[in-house]
Amino acid sequence: MIQKHETPMRQQDPKVRIGNFGEVPLGYAEEEAVREAERCLQCPNAPCVEGCPVRIDVPLFIKHIKNRCFAEAIATIKEENSLPAVCGRVCPQENQCQGVCTLGERFEPVAIGKLERFCADWEAEHGCISTEIQTDTGYRIAIIGAGPAGLTAAGELRKLGHDVTIFELLHVAGGVLMYGIPEFRLPKEIVKREISALERTGIKIKVNKVIGQIYTVDDFLVRDYDAVFIGTGAGLPRFLGIPGENLNGVYSANEFLTRTNLMRAFRFPEYDTPIKVGRRTITVGGGNVAMDSARTALRLGAKESIIVYRRSEQELPARREEVEHAKEEGIEFRLLTNPTRIISENGYLKEMECIRMKLGEPDESGRRRPIPTPDSEFTIEMDTVVVAIGNNPHPLVPRTTKGLDLNRWGNIVADSKTGQTSKEGVFAGGDIVTGAATVIEAMGAGKRAAVAIDRYLKTKR
Amino acid sequence: MYKILSKRRLSAQICEYVVEAPEVARAAKVGQFIVLRLHEKGERIPLTIVEADPVTGGVTIVVQEVGKSTREMGDHFHAGESVLDFVGPLGVPSEIENYGTVICVGGGLGIAPLYPIACALREAGNTVIGIIGARTRDLLFYMDRMEDACDEIHVMTDDGSIGRKGFTSDPLREILSSDRPTDRVWAIGPAIMMKVCAEVTREFAVPTTVSLNSIMIDGTGMCGGCRVEVGREAKFACVDGPEFDGHEVNFDLLMARQQFYVEEERCALDRYLKSQSKGVEQ
Ligand code: FES
Repeated sequence: MIQKHETPMRQQDPKVRIGNFGEVPLGYAEEEAVREAERCLQCPNAPCVEGCPVRIDVPLFIKHIKNRCFAEAIATIKEENSLPAVCGRVCPQENQCQGVCTLGERFEPVAIGKLERFCADWEAEHGCISTEIQTDTGYRIAIIGAGPAGLTAAGELRKLGHDVTIFELLHVAGGVLMYGIPEFRLPKEIVKREISALERTGIKIKVNKVIGQIYTVDDFLVRDYDAVFIGTGAGLPRFLGIPGENLNGVYSANEFLTRTNLMRAFRFPEYDTPIKVGRRTITVGGGNVAMDSARTALRLGAKESIIVYRRSEQELPARREEVEHAKEEGIEFRLLTNPTRIISENGYLKEMECIRMKLGEPDESGRRRPIPTPDSEFTIEMDTVVVAIGNNPHPLVPRTTKGLDLNRWGNIVADSKTGQTSKEGVFAGGDIVTGAATVIEAMGAGKRAAVAIDRYLKTKR
Repeated sequence: MYKILSKRRLSAQICEYVVEAPEVARAAKVGQFIVLRLHEKGERIPLTIVEADPVTGGVTIVVQEVGKSTREMGDHFHAGESVLDFVGPLGVPSEIENYGTVICVGGGLGIAPLYPIACALREAGNTVIGIIGARTRDLLFYMDRMEDACDEIHVMTDDGSIGRKGFTSDPLREILSSDRPTDRVWAIGPAIMMKVCAEVTREFAVPTTVSLNSIMIDGTGMCGGCRVEVGREAKFACVDGPEFDGHEVNFDLLMARQQFYVEEERCALDRYLKSQSKGVEQ
């Protein structure tokens, strides 16, 4: 008899967890993992592998878990994925491997993500599985940006024996994994652990290097690199463009999360960077970043945390699990609502004027277009606002690289299979190409580019 | 880690540091800045580059000890020691060309970023008139350097303890009212000083560049915390600036935004000072 439901993972109680930054799901014990692994049907056609942007051999690693060969399980994952502890936590598996799981046609799909996380945590506890590195090729590759795309490309290229250096503009590597995704969803210690594992393979990471300012891509190519991969992400926050948006107390999600996650403002004054959150915070937006911001606000002491989103619940782009977590924690959703003005009094935020929206015909994105209802303005009192409506491509590298084709939004134009840009020897992948997407999609792009770069180097001369 | 090659106290509250950062020194241009972080728990502090020497790899910065981090730097970070992070050059360089006659106005710590601009303008063939000022004598530095860099120099203090008593905008207005033609003005200092200077030059329709020191975190365009309004449009001071057209800047907004964390800054400073006096007792 197959167990119909996935084996639940223990979680921190919502009432407790809103008072701390600790991780919410607590992980599987060995017994739980084995029990969940037993649910896998070991389908010969393995749709889950197709569903995985980095094509992990899912049935094989699950089989190893079932047989209690945990070291083999993690080794299998790591053949295809350099950041399993991260992916096991933040991938939208429901749209990927689990979305196409055969078991899911009748019951709940196998909890592939939770099993992946289990393997990575097991490795952290039981010592590291070393990665096999091919003999040195003598080729040197510069990777710009130490986020998911860059780290993955680096990991894959290093496995193939290339000499890889990553240049990162912040003071730590990890990109959005460090500054964006909160501690309670992805503990920073775990990110650091995965990055040190990469460094142990011989990848060099140079932090504090703002490419475009200190060197250009052209400098790299003429100096001493044989190829360049650009993975600089979508780092430039978008704003609403409404009156009052520059008032004190209005944060971009990037600023709000960077202060908290990267600069550890939740431990001010022990850490030097402050953050200010009042009684009631409004987060504008409906994606994962909006959920992260609203939940962070609670943990920083807001008594009420509200999400304002212009479409309906169905269109929320955030992962279902994140929306559920947010609701459990008491986040209030004001849907079909769009801000029109931010109002302050004596230098403090006072209220947000909003307008009610209706859903019209589907737009280019396939989602129904929100239309304002005339004369339906109303106000919500608040004292902090977080704008989480997405990011634009980071302009520093595109702006300073000659001969690099960009699209009209400023994204780098690159082949979706190879990452090849309009410039010889220059490849790109991740959000800088696609616009804001998921961690794993960026990793998939990094991986495909690594294969293409390897091919390019070997056929070059 | 980035080594402090030398440290020189310019006044009771102001220190000049030369930090070893060869890549930054090679790439730096006039008007750009760096961000430094002292230690693992430190904040990211933006500071304008005063000089960059590609030969020694030294980057000169001037720090005024106003808050916890800058006090800590003054108290505990000496020549031979290192700061944890030092990133740059950031921002868009100054537009240096031969304008004709340029007045360079520097107030307080603003004299530090102004000095290399004055030098570059002079080198580009301009006649450079310097106006520098501070609240009081103790806060005034680089007088000798500015004297060398400018064809003419006016020194002002609020209390008259050195130079003339008054504000930097006073000689600015006098010169602009005289029959000497002025083609451009650079004004760098506290927001209020830049605001007043921009108001004066607006009357005379002289193009004016200001350098905005809004609160920053990353300094690379990622957070938007540094945003300012220029010509009613939001701009990021770190990547679109730091220099902007002074006649277009919303200085009141800049000043309000600079004040946002005063309570937190005071709390951090008090806590630091207490920890220091305890240290002394022990
Ligand atoms: S300091 Fe973050 S965008 Fe300017």
